[in-house]
Amino acid sequence: MAVFEHTDDTVVVIVGSGAGGGTLANELCQQGIKVVLLEAGSRLGPDKFHNDEWEAFLQTAWLDMRMTSGSWRVARDFPNLPAWICKTVGGSTVHWAGASLRLQEHEFKAQTTYGAIDGANMLDWPLTLQDLEPYYSKAEDKMGVTRTNDIPGLPGNNNFKVMYAGATRLGYKNVHTGRMAINSRPRDDRGSCLQLGFCFQGCKSGAKWSTLYTEIPKAEATGNLELRTDCHVAQIEHDDSGKVTGVVYFDKDGVEQRQQARLVCVAGNSIETPRLLLNSASSQYPDGLANSSGQVGKNYMRHMTGSIYAVFDKPVHMYRGTTMAGIITDESGHDTSRGFAGGYEMETLSLGLPFITSFLDPGGWGREFTQYIDLYENMAGMWLVGEDLPQESNRITLHDTAKDKFGLPVPNVHFDDHPNDIAMRNHAFKQGSAVYHAAGAIKAIETPPYPSTHNLGTCRMSEKPEDGVCNAFGQTHDIANLFISDGSQFTTSAAENPTLTIVSLAIRQAEYIAEQLSQQAI
Amino acid sequence: MSQQGIKRRQFLKTSGGVAMGAAAAGSGLIALSGSRTAAAMTLSTLSEHEGQTLLRMTRQLYPHDSLADIYYASLVNELDSEAKNNPDTAALLTQGVTDLDAALGIPWLDLSDGNQLTVLRSMEFTPFFAKVKSKTVVSLYNNPLVWRHFGYEGEAFSKGGYINRGFNDLTWLPDPPADASPPAA
Repeated sequence: MAVFEHTDDTVVVIVGSGAGGGTLANELCQQGIKVVLLEAGSRLGPDKFHNDEWEAFLQTAWLDMRMTSGSWRVARDFPNLPAWICKTVGGSTVHWAGASLRLQEHEFKAQTTYGAIDGANMLDWPLTLQDLEPYYSKAEDKMGVTRTNDIPGLPGNNNFKVMYAGATRLGYKNVHTGRMAINSRPRDDRGSCLQLGFCFQGCKSGAKWSTLYTEIPKAEATGNLELRTDCHVAQIEHDDSGKVTGVVYFDKDGVEQRQQARLVCVAGNSIETPRLLLNSASSQYPDGLANSSGQVGKNYMRHMTGSIYAVFDKPVHMYRGTTMAGIITDESGHDTSRGFAGGYEMETLSLGLPFITSFLDPGGWGREFTQYIDLYENMAGMWLVGEDLPQESNRITLHDTAKDKFGLPVPNVHFDDHPNDIAMRNHAFKQGSAVYHAAGAIKAIETPPYPSTHNLGTCRMSEKPEDGVCNAFGQTHDIANLFISDGSQFTTSAAENPTLTIVSLAIRQAEYIAEQLSQQAI
Repeated sequence: MSQQGIKRRQFLKTSGGVAMGAAAAGSGLIALSGSRTAAAMTLSTLSEHEGQTLLRMTRQLYPHDSLADIYYASLVNELDSEAKNNPDTAALLTQGVTDLDAALGIPWLDLSDGNQLTVLRSMEFTPFFAKVKSKTVVSLYNNPLVWRHFGYEGEAFSKGGYINRGFNDLTWLPDPPADASPPAA
């Protein structure tokens, strides 16, 4: 691994090592560009992960203080845990389920397709599916996505069998074991899936793609990467011309450090990324960096979500094997006859006994609750995930009084469902229940959203500087050498799990940065 | 204190009403066997009456008829240890039991099943109730013996996962076709 001087102002500094930052680091290093990658968490590995839900949660989750407000139920059930994302090398690619879906063409044009919607801050993406297609192909190859590049699909587990039977009886046509960044065959020096059932806990076999053991070691092997772990970036600094010059961070001993940079890319996930820009306010940028539009932190999206867990009179053992073992895509299109704009995916999901009891009905107790836990063995589950609409009032702000251990204001996450989200969730709950009833369920249980795993949109890309924070390459409109490199860029959320798109955007951004650097444009 | 211990303590301190906060206690559960009910309670700080009341309360909160008292007793032991180390917790639990007993003017343990639930519902949004509930929902279901009872098999990596151990052994529904669910490698 390379070591760079803190005063080396030729390096690219990347904040965050997840899907966006980890991929970007490798893509830049492969092109000979020197990178300092700052990660707030520590470095783990498959040998250190736990097949244990609570242990893994405490090991990998981002547990720093956060606040919530708004009418979403997460604010009531988990007031200091708005998001279930990771603080470790690899970021949330340690925790993700692996679903790798391309966005649909119309989803890049949400404003044009859906039209104006009251209360929603609609906008088209400044790029199209055609623009992104070559990068989707590269990402699918890089990540080894099943059902692409001649990679077979994964074998379905029991949970999928139940979904498949119910879905096809109901008339759904597009039901299969998904496009997953989990090896169905050995590939890229990683083995194939052992059906452990602990995808969310960090894959102990390494079959699931994570930047932790793919992009990052590959970047290190180039000699162009210095990864600094346990480093929490507090502020991005700039000079009088307005260009950023580096970052201030607290190292593993809590000592304040400064790293100079030629350019800075922020990939801290959609809560920390705007928090960092807002915490970097200066006399020249009193509203925070790259915020002339006022859009930094706004349009926070977390996907319309919910789950259906159903109990049967015979065993399922849903926890055996891939957590997200299959998908129904029939509801993912835009069909307003259902009473809402956009669409949703239905994907199997399972939780072990420790988590199902905490999430099935948060706060629930008594016999109405435990009668279903008694049938845990006979339970099947699916997650409902769909497009939620950008709203300016759904936003990340700095809390007035609460500070973290470094004295930095903690983020507040405000969220209210849009009526469109409520209508979609209602439809999805009904359809998900119908799937399980068609398979013979005794009872289908509607489970409210978990703390957010898909956090999007808080530094969105836009054609015009007044509508968003960055351009189609993630370069901020205001500051040419400051980039947004994670899901914060999303203009709208689309229905699909976002990781594949984040990785594709990072590959595209790396190409653009290399070009700009070689042309001395930055 | 280990780094994880510190992390847990911080999280507990900051997590407010989050049920997850109580996760920290889970790993302390020990597998008890053989002995029945009260014999498993070893109280240091709480009184016998408080212990018995909490034992009944944890079962009323998360009733499983087929689960022996011993699993609930270990939760009460954990609450007792917390009370020993934290005077605030001790006061919260002691006052909570007093309130349960005062609700209908009859010791709560002497109330009928239905009346016990009525009193619990009336206290659902108190810190005492939240404390006992979050401790119970996390710790009760984080015990490997309880997992086995409910048919959850836990750790899988050391056994090679489920690829050869029944990940697709369900036979009461038709198997999906190979294009939807290809065979394993």
